[in-house]
Amino acid sequence: MFSKILIANRGEIALRIARSCRELGIKTVAVYSEADRASLHLKLADESVCIGPPDSRKSYLNAENIFKAAHETGAEAIHPGYGYLAESHTFALACLDQGFGFIGPTPQNLKIAGDKIVAREMMENAGVPVILGSSGPVGSIGEARIESERIGYPVMLKSAGGGGGRGIRVCENADALAEEFPIAGMEVRASFGNGELYVEKFIADPRHIEFQILADRDGNTIHLGERECTIQRRFQKLIEESPSPFLTSRLREQMGNAAVTAARAIHYFNAGTVEFLVDGNENFYFMEMNARIQVEHPITEVTMGLDLVKEQIRLASGEVHGSLSPLEPRGWAIECRINAEDPERNFAPCPGTIKEYHPPGGFGVRLDTHLYQGYELPIYYDSLLAKLISHDRTREGAIKIMKRTLEEFRIGPVKTTIPLHLKIMDDPDFQAGNFHTGFIKKIVPEEEED
Amino acid sequence: MNRLEERTLREIEKDNDRKEVRAPMSGIFYRSPAPDQPPYVEIGDIVKKKQVLALLETMKVFQKVKSPAAGKIVEIAAVNETALKDEELMFVIEVE
Repeated sequence: MFSKILIANRGEIALRIARSCRELGIKTVAVYSEADRASLHLKLADESVCIGPPDSRKSYLNAENIFKAAHETGAEAIHPGYGYLAESHTFALACLDQGFGFIGPTPQNLKIAGDKIVAREMMENAGVPVILGSSGPVGSIGEARIESERIGYPVMLKSAGGGGGRGIRVCENADALAEEFPIAGMEVRASFGNGELYVEKFIADPRHIEFQILADRDGNTIHLGERECTIQRRFQKLIEESPSPFLTSRLREQMGNAAVTAARAIHYFNAGTVEFLVDGNENFYFMEMNARIQVEHPITEVTMGLDLVKEQIRLASGEVHGSLSPLEPRGWAIECRINAEDPERNFAPCPGTIKEYHPPGGFGVRLDTHLYQGYELPIYYDSLLAKLISHDRTREGAIKIMKRTLEEFRIGPVKTTIPLHLKIMDDPDFQAGNFHTGFIKKIVPEEEED
Repeated sequence: MNRLEERTLREIEKDNDRKEVRAPMSGIFYRSPAPDQPPYVEIGDIVKKKQVLALLETMKVFQKVKSPAAGKIVEIAAVNETALKDEELMFVIEVE
């Protein structure tokens, strides 16, 4: 087992990883940018090192400075969290070259999963159903237009190098494509450092359901059930739950098997997620492999009773595992992402200082957050403030706990998604499990983009 | 026009024919759609109403800064790739 781990991330996930390390008796090193000097993740770690200016390209994406910090502090392994360098195969490879353990998949896994186009081709060959898309990255507006015409509008521009909804733009026609292409490229570059885009057929009103995978180095692969991630805004998940109210046991079994097949097809190692789109006729399509710990992993943890970060660390350290036996989920879990965004202003980000902060508590509640009273939200990083998770025996119970918890949760004066989540918890369609990815438009009518 | 835009394009009229375009929130100001591309507008450019003038990046989201009116760009007050505070001046437009 590692004795010291450097956490190459910030925010709630940095705290979450530090907590598991502490329980495993592993020392931690936090890294931070100049904009994050007052960030909570520094306080939970045993040591902390500044790795550069606020711009994440010069700090959280700066591999050289991260390695320097790891060498100076004597860290043995690096946990990349999610986002930033988590899915960079060159970073993972450099970690290993420099003698550090990389807590995540193999560089080869990351290379395949990170190239959405190659991944899709491999899935197709393995017999996993896929969505029609461009045969390679589109380097220019002209190429994007040719591919879009071949596939047929509406199309989606997506990041070839990273997930999380960054850079995704739906284009109804060639004019929209011409306007959105450069902006999507900017967003993608800012988030992943790789501006490559590809085009995919836009499937209207699907469900988004993913399966958690764990695999050891010998190829023993299991799935830990699904996460229903259909409720999204701007292609970013807002509410996740496990299990999915939509899946029949037959469909769950088919998709679970497909997820394991997908992971095995690329000799996947460690924790990962296979994302699917499911249409109204119960057809499911492989969307992408998320080769990292997911933001929404806690709902799997609470239903399965398993700490996924500890599993990641154990697997990466080479600890003989042998416990990759399927687990039975217990009860129902829901996660609400509390973002610093104003749902009434088209989810515009809301930077500012947290002057009022009262976290909720009680039975069946988990709160993963880096907030504290007086914390000034940096403009440089994403708007996720907290992940609020409720767990109960039934979906109805989990919704009731979530509602009560949201009512208790006070964050101000920064606008957050709390009032929106409350509306959703009260919505009859949500309560009935009757929704698709366009659900949010019903709660917040989309404002015109002109 | 959405509410955000209304704020984005808060029009503080110094006099009848000059409009100030101020940052709707704190964020990083970009004059061009990509580092290797020319700026959206230069001083002296004639712009249409709702024409994109710049991008503002806040918490990883890029928002388009659009012109509140048709006119001529007479001042670009904000510096490319710098952090602006809420309400900081970006452009001054001489309205047609």
